[in-house]
Amino acid sequence: MDLPWLTGIGALPLLGALAVRALPASRSRAVALLSSLVTLGAVVALVVRFDTTRAGDYQFEERYSWIPSFGISYALGVDGVGLTMIVLSAVLVPLCVLAAWREVEGARARNYLALILVLETFMVGVFAARDVFLFYVLFEAMLIPVYFLIGVYGGPHRRYAAVKFLIYSLLGGLVMLVAVIALYVEGPGGSGGFLTSRLTGLTFGSEVTERLLFFGFFFAFAVKAPMWPVHTWLPDAAAEAPPSVAVLLVGVLDKVGTFGMLTLCLPLFPDATKWAAPGIAVLAVVSVLYGALLAIGQSDLMRLIAYTSISHFGFIVLGIFALTSTSTTGSVLYMVNHGLSTAALFLVAGMLMARRGSQRIEDYGGVQRGTPLLAGAFLLAGLATLALPGMSTFVSEILVLVGTFPRYPAAAVAATVGVVLAALYILLTYQRMCTGPVREHTSGWRDMSFREAVIVAPLIAALVGLGVYPKPVLDVVVPGTDRARTQVQTWDPQPEVPAPQQPGGSR
Amino acid sequence: MNLLATTPAALLAQDGTVAGSAAASGAIQETGSWLLIALPLLGAALLLLGGRRTNRWGHWLGVLTPWASFALAAALLVSLAGYPEGERSRTLHLFGWMPAGQFRLDAGLLIDPLSVAFAVLVTFVGALIHVYAVAYMAADRDRRRFFAYLNFFVASMLLLVLADSYLLMYVGWEGVGLASYLLIGFWNHNPDYAAAAKKAFVVNRVGDAGLTVAMMMMFATFGTVSFAGVFAAAGSAGEGVLTAIGLMLLLGACGKSAQFPLQSWLGDAMAGPTPVSALIHAATMVTAGVYLVVRSGPIFEAAPTAQLVVVAVGAITLLFGAIVGCAKDDIKKVLAASTMSQIGYMMLAAGLGPVGYAFAILHLLTHGFFKAGMFLGAGSVMHGMGDSVELRSYGGLNAVMKVTWVTFACGWLAIIGFPGFSGFWSKDRIIEAAFSADGGQGWQPWVFGGAALLGAGLTAFYMSRLFFMTFHGTRRWPEDAHPHEAPRLMTIPMVVLALGSVGLGAALGPTGLFTDWMSPLAGEHAEEHPVLPAWAVTTLTLLLVVAGAVLAHRRYAASEVPAVAPTGTALTRAARRDLYQDAVNEAALMRPGQYLTRLLVFVDNRGVDGVVRGLAALVGGLGGRLKYWNTGYVRSYAASVLVGVLAVSGGMLLFRI
Repeated sequence: MDLPWLTGIGALPLLGALAVRALPASRSRAVALLSSLVTLGAVVALVVRFDTTRAGDYQFEERYSWIPSFGISYALGVDGVGLTMIVLSAVLVPLCVLAAWREVEGARARNYLALILVLETFMVGVFAARDVFLFYVLFEAMLIPVYFLIGVYGGPHRRYAAVKFLIYSLLGGLVMLVAVIALYVEGPGGSGGFLTSRLTGLTFGSEVTERLLFFGFFFAFAVKAPMWPVHTWLPDAAAEAPPSVAVLLVGVLDKVGTFGMLTLCLPLFPDATKWAAPGIAVLAVVSVLYGALLAIGQSDLMRLIAYTSISHFGFIVLGIFALTSTSTTGSVLYMVNHGLSTAALFLVAGMLMARRGSQRIEDYGGVQRGTPLLAGAFLLAGLATLALPGMSTFVSEILVLVGTFPRYPAAAVAATVGVVLAALYILLTYQRMCTGPVREHTSGWRDMSFREAVIVAPLIAALVGLGVYPKPVLDVVVPGTDRARTQVQTWDPQPEVPAPQQPGGSR
Repeated sequence: MNLLATTPAALLAQDGTVAGSAAASGAIQETGSWLLIALPLLGAALLLLGGRRTNRWGHWLGVLTPWASFALAAALLVSLAGYPEGERSRTLHLFGWMPAGQFRLDAGLLIDPLSVAFAVLVTFVGALIHVYAVAYMAADRDRRRFFAYLNFFVASMLLLVLADSYLLMYVGWEGVGLASYLLIGFWNHNPDYAAAAKKAFVVNRVGDAGLTVAMMMMFATFGTVSFAGVFAAAGSAGEGVLTAIGLMLLLGACGKSAQFPLQSWLGDAMAGPTPVSALIHAATMVTAGVYLVVRSGPIFEAAPTAQLVVVAVGAITLLFGAIVGCAKDDIKKVLAASTMSQIGYMMLAAGLGPVGYAFAILHLLTHGFFKAGMFLGAGSVMHGMGDSVELRSYGGLNAVMKVTWVTFACGWLAIIGFPGFSGFWSKDRIIEAAFSADGGQGWQPWVFGGAALLGAGLTAFYMSRLFFMTFHGTRRWPEDAHPHEAPRLMTIPMVVLALGSVGLGAALGPTGLFTDWMSPLAGEHAEEHPVLPAWAVTTLTLLLVVAGAVLAHRRYAASEVPAVAPTGTALTRAARRDLYQDAVNEAALMRPGQYLTRLLVFVDNRGVDGVVRGLAALVGGLGGRLKYWNTGYVRSYAASVLVGVLAVSGGMLLFRI
């Protein structure tokens, strides 16, 4: 029998967390970093062993009966999409541990780092879960470490933000739980009755049932992603969370929402998906524009980044529910790229905030003059956020737009306005913070340290590298995306006047 | 990744078929053409990542890479000229770029007469300006970073013109926008300069959104965004969709080339160091819009309405820029307005269809030389006058800055279209072509020909005004000014560009060299039917040019120039304020946008959040307990949720069992 790779990878950070708790506080950082790096190494090994020729199939499958009386199984497995999300998590956690080096001082760091590692375990699990109930449990379990990470280690209004986050998430989760159980009732039942594979392709009793169940799942994912109008918990949570927690929250955790839409909503409820898609596309466009406009109006740096993410989640959701091969592929790539770009933006913002001791944009000015490297990193992260061509974020954004247009022309054109607004919210912020004369409170700073360079460099390298050559990731995610989409049985709109095939040259 | 290894000559294709042995002779230059882009990009990367240790020699590395690219471009030109005329369009496949479902796009380069003409211009003028900048930026503490950005610009611009698909072109298109942003804001410790940089990028993004929409429509219509695919299928598409694509492409062109109504950023862009204004905001980047329209010929030719709009935009902008140029007292802003106006001429010509393509690009080349030369001259004057840009504080500089004076005079004579100089051969033909618009029938030839003619007179006036106010008349220097000639590193590029201003037009225009070179793009076109004979157009143009120049001489050389600008007429006052372009944008876009944003921030904090909270409270029957949210007593709520969950799930399971 094969080794239980996914369980092992999920267990590694948990073991790390136990080790962090067991060892003296002075070793916490080193142990946490080591544990996250070992996990990353294991994930790299997983990628190497992943059979890319069958990237659309679930691999490394494990299945044990967990609560037999209710048909609940412990089932794991990843296709190209899940694998990519696990890689994203495993890459970001070590960087966050490094970033947390100075965020939390002394003995408090021990629990903080342990919680981050516990969170990683849940993240790996949720992306690998092949049992709907297991997915739900992990989906809810992720809330616990995040609740404490924000509520204990956050800013002045941390408790309010943490509770708001919890309430919204619990509400979404509750609705989803009802749907999960009802789905079981609708399904074949018995042992393995919650397995995603056995719930795919069900014939529902009535149209209404399918739509209600779809709504139950979608609502939870829309809160998590988050979409307008259930987004208001994110700016509060991101503003109060320490930057490294904000990275995991927005960069990875929220992706569970869009990941769930793609890998659960689409295959499980194909007809309801088709029925709801136009309405969801409208909500997605509203999110794109609303998030961007709100970002322009923010005076708090962390809230600003949170609103840019709401805008970007709008793009991701739009691409998923446009249901063309190009748009859904773009959305999956967008999830990865947004994770990288937001991480870069939050982390560099954290470096600036560590120096100035403020999140208020107006407290900065002239940073470029004194600390050119830091300002340069901030600008690069910003350019990735505004999807500058050459950066990977551009590839995903253009694929979403180009792929959406044939299905929903108006939505794609309206979302393009978000691209213009992105230039405004990023460059306006850079102008306010980094240009102009050096100010009293922004002078005499130390430029980027070695530790900070180690955090930023891999992110920038990935953003540029995948922008120039996105093919390796695309090749892995396309088959899985296609499988999810073809369950819905939608076909790409065909071009009116197809161009003749061009042998040799590019098509 | 070794691109050279993955792109053997066998992959070299021309017109969609794999080239046979005929390709072998020039294959080395073509397969290596990606180096053209890679070398300056490498230069930029080394200079940025190298840090302080490259300060001492970094600028020389920065100078080296565009010269190397120029050598490659020249070799490419020679190699392309070696092919028979019909085979001068060659594609170099680079790598599979975006295999994403239905959308599959490879990265590749298109080497044809148009792209190579551009590549030679960009690398040659670029390399000269790099040399100039070594001296111009000598005292700047960030000179290395400056050269890194300049190298990055050259790489992006080359990618823009050499790309073989709209999407890859777009990468270069926004890349030059980024370079422009970084260089306009190079001295961003001045808040105005930082604002100018952001304005340029954001206005350009509006245009770029047009380009994005154009690509979306192309994909929906043709299933591809590669040049070869789109152009092959364009003929079979409906006129409506082609018009829409054409107008969206034009929006992109307007942003990049500062054409009406997206012209407002160019004047402010003069905040950048003068070599930047010469290279990016005069000679190369701002002409990318013209490139786009000419490149997209197969689309525009099948969409007459879009073509008409292109011509109209060109005509409006050429007059807009000329009027503004007459009123400005800042030497760089006059030149900027002039650039806008001259690109208006190119745009007009490009909109006329195949008749105008060769002249549009020829004017683009000659303009690249004479305008870059004059910008470098302006930099030399500023260098000598303690960075002052005020025309009213100059005067009589011809005696102390002989080289600058003579080279600037060459550019001046070229732009006003003095017979024999470069501009004469390119601009005059555009005016002639304008008089044959729409097949020489109806109102179009008279309106557009008239606009082009009037523009020529205005150009002569404002450029002569600038020339006389700077180099002739009385000395109005501030007391602490000690004007002197610039060092050799600056004057030599000026001399070379001046030679081009004198002779390039005569070498390429009347000899027919350039129209022959461009003929694969222009194709066969119908006989022209101008409403006025060519000799009449030339005579009228010359009369207007002389009138403009003489008027300027009388007012700005022969009589005293007041140190403070007189109030002037309403038109003068409007022109000084760029015909109120900023006021209009502010009233129409910025203010409403600000109100909308503020309103939404308010609504989001109070409204959306409030409604969701209220709903949640209502649904949970917890209205009275709302205060717990703030005090952190989450347990009671969580407990009630849990109870609810257990009740529901228990009920469902019981029902099942």
